[in-house]
Amino acid sequence: MAEKITGAEAMMRALEKEGVNTLFGYPGGAIMPTYDALYDHKKTLNHILVRHEQGAVHAAQGYARVSGKVGCAIVTSGPGATNTVTGIADAMADSTPVVVICGQVGVSMLGTDAFQEVDVVGITSPASKWSYQIRRASDVAWAVSRAFYIARSGRPGPVVLDFTKNAQTELIDYKPAKINFIRSYDPTPALNKDSIKTAAKLINNSVKPFALLGQGVELGNANQEVKALLEKAQIPFASTLLGLSDIPSDHPLNMGMLGMHGNLGPNVMTNQCDLLIAIGMRFDDRVTGNLDTYAKQAKIIHFDIDPSEFNKNVKIDVAILGDCKESIPAVTELVDATKHDSWIAGFKPYAEKEYNKVIDKATHPENGPLLMGEVVQKISEATNNEAILVTDVGQNQMFACRYFKYSKPRSVVTSGGIGTMGFGLPAAIGATFGAPDRTVCVFCGDGGLQMTLQEFGTIMEQHAPVKIILLNNNFLGNVRQWQSMFFRRRYSFTPMLNPDYAMIAKAYNIATRTVIEREELNDAITEMLNTDGPFLLQCAIMEEDNVLPMTPPGANVDEMLLEI
Amino acid sequence: MENKLYTFIIYSENVPGILSQITAVYTRRQVNIESLNVCASSTPGAHKYTITAYCDEPMAKMLTAQIEKRIDVLQANYFTDDEIFINETSLLKISTPIMLQNKNVCKIVRIHNAHIVEVNPIYATIEKTGITNDILELYNELNSTGCVLQFVRSGRIAITKDFTEHLDEYLAEREKQRKDI
Ligand SMILES: Cc1ncc(C[n+]2csc(CCOP(=O)(O)OP(=O)(O)O)c2C)c(N)n1
Repeated sequence: MAEKITGAEAMMRALEKEGVNTLFGYPGGAIMPTYDALYDHKKTLNHILVRHEQGAVHAAQGYARVSGKVGCAIVTSGPGATNTVTGIADAMADSTPVVVICGQVGVSMLGTDAFQEVDVVGITSPASKWSYQIRRASDVAWAVSRAFYIARSGRPGPVVLDFTKNAQTELIDYKPAKINFIRSYDPTPALNKDSIKTAAKLINNSVKPFALLGQGVELGNANQEVKALLEKAQIPFASTLLGLSDIPSDHPLNMGMLGMHGNLGPNVMTNQCDLLIAIGMRFDDRVTGNLDTYAKQAKIIHFDIDPSEFNKNVKIDVAILGDCKESIPAVTELVDATKHDSWIAGFKPYAEKEYNKVIDKATHPENGPLLMGEVVQKISEATNNEAILVTDVGQNQMFACRYFKYSKPRSVVTSGGIGTMGFGLPAAIGATFGAPDRTVCVFCGDGGLQMTLQEFGTIMEQHAPVKIILLNNNFLGNVRQWQSMFFRRRYSFTPMLNPDYAMIAKAYNIATRTVIEREELNDAITEMLNTDGPFLLQCAIMEEDNVLPMTPPGANVDEMLLEI
Repeated sequence: MENKLYTFIIYSENVPGILSQITAVYTRRQVNIESLNVCASSTPGAHKYTITAYCDEPMAKMLTAQIEKRIDVLQANYFTDDEIFINETSLLKISTPIMLQNKNVCKIVRIHNAHIVEVNPIYATIEKTGITNDILELYNELNSTGCVLQFVRSGRIAITKDFTEHLDEYLAEREKQRKDI
């Protein structure tokens, strides 16, 4: 007879079967049997003890985004579980495959307001791809396999497993499970040949085609396929915040970044092209601005694996449902090799205008305090544009994404959909585990860094080689910018008294340097990159700088402000 | 765009928690559910939800797409009244003494093709099925006689006018795909 094992032990085996080797977590009462089982699996399941459960999910997200694997977090019930909600919602908005395992009270106590009982499935269900309560040990293998299948397939997303205590301790005969089919869920819809033909025809007839690339390209591992299509038909493109590393920054067809603080050319040309080809992006309001005037002159083809994205925000002409790794080559085959030289040349004056009015000033100031743009650009160059960029949220994020350069896929980890301050530091920790061979640079503001500052403890303990660049402007800068633009400079609670970050870094045994003078910057960057292990580079940034250009909220996409 | 009463027919696996996932899709988009009926469907293992709500067509599309996105939902579709057969049922409890006094009461019941389910010296229970308007007409007429003690109306149920059940076709197709894996 097979040996009996506990549900907790079954969880360990099921995770191993899914190829998990890294877990980010934090123990507590209701998950203790599982942590006890983990003690015997330390060799195969590397558990990283974070300092707050929000950090566990963000770390799992960072891990997933750079590795392409499913990230995994494990926490206790009640407050442990509620602390993960921000990360779950973030992963949902940004389509990041993570599995979050929460402890839960035993089934006999459910609904009695037992100690540390919270309705986790109720809370997380609207913000996750799937949320399931494991009530019996015999469900573990099935639930874990289903969780990983759902998290990674189709449009990826977060899955929550609410693991009751009795299910952790019950003894069962363990039978591994492999879920690769759910009849109510079709993550690989078959391609519609007609829409492929229609799309190819539209592309062949287009004189001014323009492609918008989102994270879907990377999630579908279709970087090469998309590049081949764009090169064959010579289609200029721009990327969303999350799609910035789909195709290298220096590709001649790459016109830059879309969005409120994106590049001028792509935003203006969105309203001049005759064909918009959206690939794995979702027409977020930060990308479209005013929908009533957005790309009205153009036909729109939308490639996506999630049918609910079609016609959600922008009315489209052709929907191509499916995995872009399949759909794009099918279109490429039918597309004529052509040139659009004069159309492509049309982007140039806008790039020049933006360079002269914005970029040059932001990256080559001659005097005055340090600027975020110059710091970002210098660091990107110093890493040969090969590092992974992680950002927090705010001005630091916009400057970092604008001025960093990307040469490899899976090189940008930022909280796009819900803009979670505090995301950066733990996500960067996760990224060092997901891509141990790459340099990981995280840019934070003084506000956001303090939201998950406790993860310095994790960095210290793991000696995680995170290069932390603190762009310190003594303000909640992004909000201050909006106050200056839209609230008559009434700086309501955005100036911030800061602690001595160098002392904090030292307390955690993290090497650190503070740069105030421009002359020191290069040397400090070299020191940071040459230091083995973590480093905090604090830069004293001009206090009231603004991110430009900017499409004010609700304005037309082609009405970007170059100065304010 | 014009707001209309749409009937949403949704099928899901019979697992706990789906109803709240479905209703959350409506609430989040500020659409009020007018009526809701949940029951096992004619397809074994599948639950059927019949929901009515006022919205415009793009919203109806968005709601069905978002509902279908939930992992354990099998299918979601929306219909206008001319695309489906619809029915509701209602129960009225009326006062027996008033019914005996006022001949009109029995007449109203008969004209409206309602059934008397139970009569005792205190009250009578009447059942009426039909579309919302029929039921409300009956209620209003009876109510004007002052005989109505209680009134309850069910949610709408509906069946499509197509020859076959969409769901069964979908499931057959999926089962074929299962074999290919
Ligand atoms: C958790 C959370 N709270 C509040 C906000 C709103 N918010 C967006 S940017 C920002 C200011 C960020 O300030 P800081 O971290 O110093 O970065 P900076 O903009 O100065 O670079 C705030 C408060 C948010 N995005 N996330």
